[in-house]
Amino acid sequence: MKCAGIDIGSRSIELVVIENGQQIVSRQTESGHNPVERIKELISDVSFDKIMATGYGRSIAEVTFDFSTVTEIKAYGVGAASLYPGIRGVLDIGGQDTKVISLNEKGKVLKFEMNDKCAAGTGKFLEMMATSLGYTSETIGESALLGNKGIEINSMCAVFAESEVTSLMAKGCHRNDIALAIHQSVCKRAIGMIRRQNMNFPLMFAGGVANNVCMVHLLKEAVGPDIIVPESPQFVGAYGAAILAGEN
Amino acid sequence: MSDYTKMWTDLGLDNDNHNALLEALGGAYQSIYMAQEKRAKGMEYFDFVMSEAHGLRIKELCDEKEAGKKIIGSFCVFVPEEMVLAAGCTAVGLCSGADFAQEEVEQVIPRNTCSLIKSFFGFKLGKVCPYMEVADLIVGENTCDGKKKSFETFKDLVPNFYQMDLPQTKTPESKQMLKQEFMKFIQQLEEMTGNKVTFEGLKQGIASVNAKRKALHRLSSLRAANPSPVSGLDALLINQVSFLDNIDRFTENVNAICDHIELDIKENKGVKEANLPRIVISGCPMAVPNWKLPSVIESSGAVIVGEESCIGERGLRNLTDDSATTLDGLIDAIVDRYFQIDCAVFTPNNERVDHIQEMVEKYNADGVIHYGLQFCQPYIMESFSVEKQLEKKGIPVLRIETDYSQEDLGQLSTRVEAFVEMIK
Ligand code: SF4
Ligand code: SF4
Repeated sequence: MKCAGIDIGSRSIELVVIENGQQIVSRQTESGHNPVERIKELISDVSFDKIMATGYGRSIAEVTFDFSTVTEIKAYGVGAASLYPGIRGVLDIGGQDTKVISLNEKGKVLKFEMNDKCAAGTGKFLEMMATSLGYTSETIGESALLGNKGIEINSMCAVFAESEVTSLMAKGCHRNDIALAIHQSVCKRAIGMIRRQNMNFPLMFAGGVANNVCMVHLLKEAVGPDIIVPESPQFVGAYGAAILAGEN
Repeated sequence: MSDYTKMWTDLGLDNDNHNALLEALGGAYQSIYMAQEKRAKGMEYFDFVMSEAHGLRIKELCDEKEAGKKIIGSFCVFVPEEMVLAAGCTAVGLCSGADFAQEEVEQVIPRNTCSLIKSFFGFKLGKVCPYMEVADLIVGENTCDGKKKSFETFKDLVPNFYQMDLPQTKTPESKQMLKQEFMKFIQQLEEMTGNKVTFEGLKQGIASVNAKRKALHRLSSLRAANPSPVSGLDALLINQVSFLDNIDRFTENVNAICDHIELDIKENKGVKEANLPRIVISGCPMAVPNWKLPSVIESSGAVIVGEESCIGERGLRNLTDDSATTLDGLIDAIVDRYFQIDCAVFTPNNERVDHIQEMVEKYNADGVIHYGLQFCQPYIMESFSVEKQLEKKGIPVLRIETDYSQEDLGQLSTRVEAFVEMIK
């Protein structure tokens, strides 16, 4: 049986199909302005027997395509536990929100917290800061790793942080140092959530921001080495949804 | 439906604004209440009262006024209804459950004020609340800092404002103070009505209010049944109506719906599927038409089995002892009863957690959703320790912070759905 999971996020959509425990399809596209069209394109040439949608846009898929749905919290929990049996938590920093999920030994969700009122501390925030520093979201992490510590970005609001960045540049600070400070501020916020929830380890770092080397580095520096970054951190939710589709 | 335009104009309402509010209210009611698949028999009465909340009910209050009665409006469950009745007055709650005239509101109080406070300012400034306009006295209670300080501004907007001070601790001295405040309140009522609050009057007042509480207690305990015989939304509505309706008629109708529900339970009938995840809501009051969170919860496949809230059990717990043989004895009994209210403006307020836990046990709940209005310091502050203590007892908790806007509906649903998946 082929089971598909589709994670419809605010920035990107991921599709995973599994058969006999093997991922046979995994692909991604931008959500764009018309996610329904994007979903159609994404699944048009893929065959599957069952499908489950998750993510911010799951209800669009429910209404338009009559897919079953599950929240991204459960999907990430199931995906993480299946990829790494024994995992006890997930930190997911995506395009528009940050979540921490505590899992029991069997991968069942014990508690979660989401932070999503605005772009603060998310992938979107990093992307905006990258642009104002003249990097891309792909390159900002590596450059930040070269930076020196010492600067602090105080504002979590993307709009205010942007003006902080501008004035730091005007003062002659090196942009690598500023980039590092930006990562530190995002990381601090995530660590706050991890500590508040008193999470157990090992912890999976998932979501698009887990591809950022500086974030991974800072996170390990703060909470220890028990951080696992999966091969494709953006696909954990879609993968979890695919597993759940099979159980449905 | 009769045309009440003249009545509204006479009360000083702004017709355009008021129509806009009624339209929004009607829309929300249709999409949230009438859309429920099954409802308990007997809800028709409460639907009717809601549909006539600004019409027939206001007409009744105007008629009472004509006959010489005074209408006492209040924001908080600390204002003793027993005394209001004993002075021959009618009590109404000033609900404040919707955003209105926000721009004007933010000219007089800060933006980061809780929605409830902003709402009663909005209702006043937008001239849309007939209860506020019909009231002969508006009682403001010194509870949280938000209310207390905003009343300094509010009192200039309403000509008939009366401030009631309240203690913040539960010491014997505080209790003494509450008694003094209640005595002052009696005096105020007596002065404005020319009626005396007598032993018989107070005894009668206690009887009416206790009867209402008992009826609502009865309804609450029926909610322990599985499958749920009444939706959480409908139970909330009944509690909300209790602040608007004529007290004795209300009590009668709550008992009537309980009769129906008891029959349904005997036949193992419910309005929801059996064995749904069961949730207790705890936290800030939910005034009409603030149905956002309950509607999200019940459309996420869970059922609400109790509200630990002022529009709910916090406001209703404990009857007033009516055994005293003197007027002063009855007043003391009222003080005793109100002094036990476990509102978060008190410090410490440890009883509240115990009460939440009791409710979880009594109604077989699987989890608690703590509902805090953004910028509500007392409840949000308390929510951290409530969460910790309940989780220590193995009760899952979801803390929600929200306001009256609809912007966060998407995120709210995700959180609630994930919580429901978690406790299933
Ligand atoms: S929460 Fe406290 S202040 Fe608010 S209505 Fe209830 S008792 Fe009054
Ligand atoms: S909700 Fe909180 S802040 Fe608002 S009036 Fe009630 S106690 Fe005060």
